[in-house]
Amino acid sequence: MSGINDFAFKMGTVNGTGSASANGLLMQSIFRMGIPVTGKNVFPSNIQGLPTWYEIRVSAEGYTARPTEIDLVVALNPASYAKDIATVRPGGIVVHDSSFPLDPALSRDDVTFLGVPFGAMCNQAFTRDRDRTLLRNSVYAGTLGALLALDMAIPEQMLAERFGKKPAVLKANLTALKLGYDYAKAHFDCPLPFHLERMDATRDSILIDGNSAAALGALYAGATVGAWYPITPATGLMEAFKAFCERYRVDPDTGHRRYAILQAEDELAAAGIAIGAGWAGARAFTNTSGPGISLMQEFIGLAYYTDIPCVFFDVQRCGPATGMPTRTQQADLLSLAYASHGDTKHPILFPANPHECFDMSVQAFDLAERFQTPVFVALDLDIGMNDWMVPRLAWDDAFRPDRGKVLDADALAALPRFSRYRDVDGDGIAARTLPGSGAKGAYFVRGSGHDQHAAYTEDSAAYQEVMDRLARKFAHAAEAVPQPVIRLQPGADVGLVTLGGCDAAVREAADRLRDVGVVADVMRIRGFPFGAAVRDFLERHEKLFVIEQNRDAQLRSLLTIELGVPRDSMIPVLDYAGLPLSATAVVQGVTRHLTGVPA
Amino acid sequence: MTSIAKPPVAHPSARRNGLGLTVRDYEGGMSTLCAGCGHDSVTAAIVQATWELDLPPHRAAKMSGIGCSSKTTAYFMKQSHGFNSVHGRMPSVTTGASAANRGLIYIGVSGDGDSLSIGLGQLSHAIRRNVNMLYVLENNGVYGLTKGQFSASADIGSTSKQGVANEQPPIDPVLLALTLGATFVARSFSGDKQQLVPILKAGLAHRGFAIVDVISPCVSFNDHEGSTKSYAHTRAHGAEEVHTDFVPLRREITLPDAAADVSVVQMHDGSSVRLRSGRGEHDPTDRAAAYAHVAGCNARGEIATGLLFLDESGREMHDHLHTVPTPLVDVPYAQLCPGSAALDALMTEFR
Repeated sequence: MSGINDFAFKMGTVNGTGSASANGLLMQSIFRMGIPVTGKNVFPSNIQGLPTWYEIRVSAEGYTARPTEIDLVVALNPASYAKDIATVRPGGIVVHDSSFPLDPALSRDDVTFLGVPFGAMCNQAFTRDRDRTLLRNSVYAGTLGALLALDMAIPEQMLAERFGKKPAVLKANLTALKLGYDYAKAHFDCPLPFHLERMDATRDSILIDGNSAAALGALYAGATVGAWYPITPATGLMEAFKAFCERYRVDPDTGHRRYAILQAEDELAAAGIAIGAGWAGARAFTNTSGPGISLMQEFIGLAYYTDIPCVFFDVQRCGPATGMPTRTQQADLLSLAYASHGDTKHPILFPANPHECFDMSVQAFDLAERFQTPVFVALDLDIGMNDWMVPRLAWDDAFRPDRGKVLDADALAALPRFSRYRDVDGDGIAARTLPGSGAKGAYFVRGSGHDQHAAYTEDSAAYQEVMDRLARKFAHAAEAVPQPVIRLQPGADVGLVTLGGCDAAVREAADRLRDVGVVADVMRIRGFPFGAAVRDFLERHEKLFVIEQNRDAQLRSLLTIELGVPRDSMIPVLDYAGLPLSATAVVQGVTRHLTGVPA
Repeated sequence: MTSIAKPPVAHPSARRNGLGLTVRDYEGGMSTLCAGCGHDSVTAAIVQATWELDLPPHRAAKMSGIGCSSKTTAYFMKQSHGFNSVHGRMPSVTTGASAANRGLIYIGVSGDGDSLSIGLGQLSHAIRRNVNMLYVLENNGVYGLTKGQFSASADIGSTSKQGVANEQPPIDPVLLALTLGATFVARSFSGDKQQLVPILKAGLAHRGFAIVDVISPCVSFNDHEGSTKSYAHTRAHGAEEVHTDFVPLRREITLPDAAADVSVVQMHDGSSVRLRSGRGEHDPTDRAAAYAHVAGCNARGEIATGLLFLDESGREMHDHLHTVPTPLVDVPYAQLCPGSAALDALMTEFR
């Protein structure tokens, strides 16, 4: 159902031609009109020449999940014309480049074709080849501005902000914008029935991607050592951390940096660097994606078994193997939860959006040091790389890092004997010392069997004592990780369980299910290991749906393994083809089951 | 088999160093290596070198990977923190530790399997980054803990205990390090403590990555006739190309360096290294010449030893990182967190 401030449109272009900036301009302009907006970049694993799409959803009600229906397509890539034209809902609009005749075979009777001579206008207005390509994007932005009643002062202002120091570029872009706008005004009935109207619903929000937000969290948490190996879709996280550090952590007089970023030779080394730094007492992290997590397994087990704090950001992408590097998925859950050989298990935080990326990034560093263990923050490509509308990030200046149990010289002096792995407090967490802190606190980290004094052992009881302490420690983490967000509705007959980036789609789906008579409680899990609140929710609902973005129902497996909930009492709703989840996929998954229609 | 602690008894007449510590204070747990293992001699040389240097034990960090060699970090400097990490990955752990705390002295011990096979990439990149550390490569040409497989440093024709000859060419860590731009490259022999101790001291004083390839025979699996990493073979074919004297800062130099074949390199900490050419053919300050000379020795079956190359002008990792002089672990949180006002201001850029 489209209407005022309630519709979606999509640009189909060729990657490497500059369309991303025009798409961002459109989305941000809508945001500045005060209207809730979401943008999803669906791009190829390629630098130039392949089809790429950008979907923008406008929702006065504030729904931010990927749209199900596309009301308007801007089809500018002949290679994807057929696919793009097919995605428009009946009664929708196709904007295409009328500089060239459209293959009659592509025509549809149930949509309106609006031809704009983008190419011809650019050829006429601009002389350089590169300009003719790049500025075409501003032309279609102008056309959409007219069709959708965009307040054109906003994109003009944004172009001025962006190109203020390059007057010629600014002038060309403004010209292009106006070309597209004027053409639409002169030839079409503007605005379309679905269009934009000013609101005041974004005043307290920002547009930010999860990678940047997580990097800001690392900055604010006091992380000083970042090690990484470039990989899509995690690269942006360290690049953002670097940019923030250059801005806030460089001594203006000496140029000295209060951080160290190391681009390692591979993910193994990145993990080793982060763990070495964590052992030495720095807040350290690495950012990677599934293939990197695979490579880091051995080191993760070492850090687990030797009680070394370290934060791992996994920006998940489509696996297995290289998979689809530019598509999103939540398929690393099991490999994170039990990463490495032997008995290992690790806390994981599941942010649902960039705002939570910031908060959970800070929490992850606290948890890693408090529990002296690797902690994972599981983002996905959609959260990491797309700009999301979220509340402004805020900081409490009273915050102090939780460094956990670290013995200083005085505490050490008071001890009769320092035993690195002795569980004095019964919480499984033994006090550590940092290298350089003194002879009395010296101990030997070893991945080989060790006893509570950190001495080598092959003694069964001494070995098992350490393993049991680690299990105790992990159990204690269940109530320390972020607790689930639960939304209860009176008269609910089913429970929807989800995590991470599925959040927006599941909440929207719950609203739509209510409209068709299915009242659903929703629990979004935010941390692993699962605490009592998760168990309670599962026990209180007879009919449970577990909604996640992987093929093998990995969250459901974790719930079964860790909580003993019968597997078949949880019905999986799975979406794992690589695109952000839409509410429709959830509604269909649930209703198909309830009505007995096979999925 | 659990670890064995040595009884903490010191003879009252034991000599004490500038910190009032005896050699025993620089020892560690009892070695569980085979009797006669070259590695134990290297351990003893490290104990001697660190004791003589008055190195505060708690300021040192002992780093290792996996293998017989990597076990030895438990056998010296019990008052230091140690990190026995994963196979071939000690360089990255040390890189991270050094990034976090540049104030410590990092002593890495590795072996030919740990460094030249599984860890070749990490070794290479630690050299490339010029991590400020001493990297001792205990080289015996064989996998000891898994009972006698050839390692990547085994020479062509060197035979296994069963008499099978190795057919693949060796990777020479000295030539590798010279190629990759290492600024301190040495080779020694576990059986020559007189040569090894000053080299280790110079390596500890070096600012940057100091690699010392120590031929360290495996008595159980590679000390037989036909092996080119045996005690007998190394004694017969070792050729000291550069004689090294280490002169600490506090000791007054009484002998003038008049000899033409002596070059004196001033170290960053004020100490100095005197290098005297053994056979008059090797220039330890010329990388290309050093490479050519060592390669020539290798071709003739000679084992070139000594501090084979030294460049004290290199930039170590922290120079590349432009990090503050204060170790990052000691930078107060207030200097790391930009605070709420900065975040509020930053938020306007995300609109």
